[in-house]
Amino acid sequence: MKHIISILIENEAGALSRVAGLFSARGYNIQALTVAPTEDPTLSRLTLTTVGDDRQIEQIIKQLNKLVDVVKVVDLTDGAHYAVEIMLVKLRAVGPQREEFKRLADIFEARIVDVTPTTYTLQLLGDSHKLDLLLENVHPDYILETVRSGGVGLQRGDKFLHI
Amino acid sequence: MELTGAQIVIKFLEDEGVEHIWGYPGGAVLPIYDALDTDAKTLNHILVRHEQAAVHAADGYARSTGKPGVVLVTSGPGATNAVTGIATAYMDSIPLVVLTGQVPTAMIGLDAFQEVDTVGVTRPIVKHNFLVKDVNDLAMTLKKAFYIATTGRPGPVVVDIPKDVQTATSDYQYPQEVKLRSYQPVTKGHSGQIKRAVDMMLSAERPIFYVGGGVVLDDASEQLVSLARKLGYPVTTTLMALGAYPASDKQWLGMLGMHGTYEANLAMHHADTLIAIGARFDDRVTGNIERFCPHARIIHVDIDPASISKNVQVDIPIVGSVNSVLADMNRVLDKQLAKGVKPDAEQLAAWWDQINQWRSIDCLKYAPVGNKIKPQAAVEAVWRITEGDAFVTSDVGQHQMYAAQYYRFDKPRRWINSGGLGTMGFGLPAAMGAQLAHPDATVVCITGEGSIQMNIQELSTCLQYGLPIKIVNLNNGFLGMVRQWQELFYERRYSMSYMDSLPDFVALAEAYGHVGMRIDKPEELEDKLKAAFALKDRLVFIDIQVEKTENVYPMIPAGAGQDEMILV
Repeated sequence: MKHIISILIENEAGALSRVAGLFSARGYNIQALTVAPTEDPTLSRLTLTTVGDDRQIEQIIKQLNKLVDVVKVVDLTDGAHYAVEIMLVKLRAVGPQREEFKRLADIFEARIVDVTPTTYTLQLLGDSHKLDLLLENVHPDYILETVRSGGVGLQRGDKFLHI
Repeated sequence: MELTGAQIVIKFLEDEGVEHIWGYPGGAVLPIYDALDTDAKTLNHILVRHEQAAVHAADGYARSTGKPGVVLVTSGPGATNAVTGIATAYMDSIPLVVLTGQVPTAMIGLDAFQEVDTVGVTRPIVKHNFLVKDVNDLAMTLKKAFYIATTGRPGPVVVDIPKDVQTATSDYQYPQEVKLRSYQPVTKGHSGQIKRAVDMMLSAERPIFYVGGGVVLDDASEQLVSLARKLGYPVTTTLMALGAYPASDKQWLGMLGMHGTYEANLAMHHADTLIAIGARFDDRVTGNIERFCPHARIIHVDIDPASISKNVQVDIPIVGSVNSVLADMNRVLDKQLAKGVKPDAEQLAAWWDQINQWRSIDCLKYAPVGNKIKPQAAVEAVWRITEGDAFVTSDVGQHQMYAAQYYRFDKPRRWINSGGLGTMGFGLPAAMGAQLAHPDATVVCITGEGSIQMNIQELSTCLQYGLPIKIVNLNNGFLGMVRQWQELFYERRYSMSYMDSLPDFVALAEAYGHVGMRIDKPEELEDKLKAAFALKDRLVFIDIQVEKTENVYPMIPAGAGQDEMILV
């Protein structure tokens, strides 16, 4: 099962490599990883999407907690949460495809953020599944480039990850 | 006071109470070595002959005392040579602080002379590591390093110090306290879980204590012995925990695992209640994980939450320092016993009958007489002559298993070996650390002709510092454990396990200024060993020519179950 794990980590040189190194050393899978500073300049927030059974996820959380630079860890998938990802996709848009891709953008509520006579660049915000779905609806020949941010998320309600 | 970074290092180590530091100088640590010369008042530096040995020696010091071992090496090759030692300590959770020099900060990343990304290289084999970029952070970073290395589950910490940080100046004050928001190790176990665990113990029909190195690391032997004796339950210890429970006690079943005793492994297999204390369910212990303790409810006490339910799912996990948890268990048990809640005496007697039956096959017996000295007999002779009270280090291989099986340890911290990483070359430098910490004690390095050559250069260090170690070289001319596996599992194709062109170890020892001695006749074994151990103030290299093709038994082949032992 897919899990989204949120980590507050000391904003120190090498902290990210400790997390990445842990995953490779112990053979855990990373589907997506995103990291950026928080409102507190001494902390970074790292969001990691991984796949594993309950035992593996339990080990991953324990091993993350064991890293000295890691301040807090939460498995968002454990409870109610809101997660979102952003994707930019550059499509070859010529002839009938120009209209078709515009309709597709409308259906998905994607914004066209860049246009040339032969291409569209779409920006789509949503859960990972929605991003997958858009790509599935475009023939691969027309996809010139995609970039995805990896998911970020928060727990719903009055729970929050803070020190 | 205003000091250079190098002076801060020396002053801090003395303020922290460090007595000995093991190291080797080089370009990127010259300022620290200079400060050692000008500023050190109490700090004693031991110059090794290879950085790997510096780390093993600090490790042997730490294992034999419980204090952190401290190492100082230069950048680049100094740091990479230390890597094997660091990994060895990491696998066995030994507290070390390793200080490495680094090229000046302005040159980091430019492939400078003797530059290596030490923090990157050591990251997977340390508890934590630091690169100090500002001299103002140096003292606090060193304090954090000692704090992290010695608390929670102990482990090695590397502090990488660039040369310009060593020469820059800062106001120094010894940091009395350290607090890390991201690191707060648990000590007390959960009281509800402890009560449940004691209830489970009391309701057991076929219980066994499975004791690991955590009991040694946390100096929890007394609490363990007290708990086990009150209950009257059998105890088995891992390779790392030999001595944590006295081998002379009737409740001790010996070591468990791949070369453990028949009674320990069968008792594990048939137990209905497993009480695991400071052990980590290593594959050399469990054998085939699918067949491990099939009938048992499992209690697991460990300081490291990540050790719990990593390899084997447990029923009652307790996170806490084993000493504190065992003390709590003793208190709860005392109350229960006072109330008249006791283990079922009849069931327990039946369980001991069964265990004694397994015991009666005497799985460690061997034919003691032959034309050649049996390695087992050599270890037993060493045990008798040292009255079972020596500090014994070992390298890795057959001699290590013979030492573990036949030197019966009654005290913790006496048995010092590389259990997790299995590092050949560990024994001699580790013995140097133990001897330095215990100058009047008998320190023995039980080794083989393969392992000893991996750090033989340290004979020179031993002469310089007058370390009267007794090296017992069980010389069979083979990489014995490799040969044994090739005999059993590779149809006797002895690929590269034969050590041709061995040196004359007696002459070699003498060349290094020590006493060398060869023993090759069984009838001379005892007397010659006695003579060697009588030379209290000299290092004696005792080269014992042993039976060439003796195998270590009993044995659970890799991947087999605990009840599938090869006996002879």
